[in-house]
Amino acid sequence: MSLLELSGIERSFGPVQVLRGVDLVVEAGEVVGLVGDNGAGKSTLMKTISGVYATDSGQITFDGDEITDLDPGSRREAGIEMIYQDLALAPQQDVANNIFLGREPTKRFLGILPAFVDKARIDAEAQRMIDSLGVQIPSIQIPVGMLSGGQQQTIAIARALTFKPKLVIMDEPTAALAVREVESVLRLIRQMREEGIATILISHRLNDVFKACDRVVVLRRGNVITDLKKDRTDMAEVVSYIVDAHE
Amino acid sequence: MLRFLERTHVRVESLAVLAALAIVMAILSPVTGSGVRVFLTASNLFNIILASATFGILAIGATFVISAAGIDLSLGSVLGLASVAGASLVVTLEFPWYFAIIGSLAAGAAAGAVNGFVVTRGAVPAFIVTLGMLGIARGLALIISDGRGIYGLPAEILFLGQARPWGVPTPVFIFAAVALVSHYVLAHTPFGHHTLALGDNEDSARATGINVNRQRMALYTIAGLMAGIAGLVFTARVNTGDPTAGLNYELLAITAAIIGGTNLFGGRGSILGTMIGALIMGVLQNGLNLMAVQAYYQQMAIGTVLIAAVWLDQIRARGRRAQ
Ligand SMILES: Nc1ncnc2c1ncn2[C@@H]1O[C@H](COP(=O)(O)OP(=O)(O)O)[C@@H](O)[C@H]1O
Ligand SMILES: [Mg+2]
Repeated sequence: MSLLELSGIERSFGPVQVLRGVDLVVEAGEVVGLVGDNGAGKSTLMKTISGVYATDSGQITFDGDEITDLDPGSRREAGIEMIYQDLALAPQQDVANNIFLGREPTKRFLGILPAFVDKARIDAEAQRMIDSLGVQIPSIQIPVGMLSGGQQQTIAIARALTFKPKLVIMDEPTAALAVREVESVLRLIRQMREEGIATILISHRLNDVFKACDRVVVLRRGNVITDLKKDRTDMAEVVSYIVDAHE
Repeated sequence: MLRFLERTHVRVESLAVLAALAIVMAILSPVTGSGVRVFLTASNLFNIILASATFGILAIGATFVISAAGIDLSLGSVLGLASVAGASLVVTLEFPWYFAIIGSLAAGAAAGAVNGFVVTRGAVPAFIVTLGMLGIARGLALIISDGRGIYGLPAEILFLGQARPWGVPTPVFIFAAVALVSHYVLAHTPFGHHTLALGDNEDSARATGINVNRQRMALYTIAGLMAGIAGLVFTARVNTGDPTAGLNYELLAITAAIIGGTNLFGGRGSILGTMIGALIMGVLQNGLNLMAVQAYYQQMAIGTVLIAAVWLDQIRARGRRAQ
């Protein structure tokens, strides 16, 4: 049984069919690169996995359970985290609250009033998470909107990793990063694999994809064109699939 | 103190405005026979708080909706509907006294729930939905009451508006209690965190698993409920189910929320700030009353304050981005 299985995923926006029956399998602990031209449907496909978009048809199973009709919250519970291309952070909320958004730990206030957000615990655990990623953030209590692009990226990653996921989807995580920061993201992906966390990495930088991934999947106009083991292919071949020049 | 203000998102500026305004009003207000400024008499200060309490409760409703990047223009009309609904149950239909409470709160919450339902399911902008409800609720209030005030409420209800336990008017206790609970909900519960996140970035809220529609539905219902509470207090204060109650109060409520530091575009909201905002509006109205400024000019003054507050906020936001 594979960790994630997609079969026949279709999705349209109005008259435009973006996904045309996608099949994809990801094993536990595997790192899969998903590449393709702009507009190929990569982000859309990933959002059908995280539950932000519903599918028109097709089936998604995760860890043996069918999750096709679950909402994004239930899928996070199941162990799917996604780092969105636009990061999906709440700019006016502070770093710690962003990391715990949607999963705030609560306690009883004065021992009676229920559902009191345990801010002290949020701050402490968020700080620990940020530290373990080895990044400097001026303070855990400043609004995320005041941080640099790279720092915001770190917050998005921290949010994805705080709840022990089984699968992390990263949509262009390195696009806005400096070289040194890119290296640390790639190192993080390797570290996650050692812990048995599967990753789907979307990136335009084939270099990064080849460095980090076991397998490369090419998406073109809403179809999976090819699915290649890294050690049986090279960048030239992948590029030829992306641009539709393959024999 | 500063840390507390920061944590509760209360702006130092709004406190300063409140103080400055109070000083100006005290200086400009007429002097009583015994040589005291009218503005500063204990009874006048109570009047301010009493008046602020009604639209202050409304402003708390506005705060919930606006911090989630929504808007509710129907609050004043729903207050009127709630006032009439409660009074007619008890006076016209002769139900027991507590039906005035049930009727007002239920009418308010129901109107809010309809707003929320149409906003989330009908994909009609909140601005239009609640503008429509402004007309519907007012019309309904006039129909139920046949266009006339409904007088003669039982003593239990009048207690809620006119009594002064320990010398403090009951509506002030109600306002304080509503504010306390609301502060707890908005600042310290997951519901409150989700509200601010929804106003900040809807995609972020959805992606982290927050049920965005359910959240909105709840927020508009809460706003309606606040209008219901305010309607009840209004009825009790003037001993009338008044179909014209709360006319133009949405202007006061939204202005109070905005000058209290709630972000018109969502993502930031503070109940304590809104209370200060409501007091600012109360002081402004009261001062202008004492100086015998006509009501027409007061409307203009409040409208101007609203626009100026948002304008200043925009300048400030631009300054932050430029940093
Ligand atoms: N919410 C949406 N509404 C309408 N069209 C969309 C939406 N999201 C994506 N699309 C369209 O789907 C196609 C694929 O987009 P996307 O999945 O973002 O591609 P990629 O991530 O591979 O660049 C594009 O043509 C885009 O315009
Ligand atoms: Mg994309």
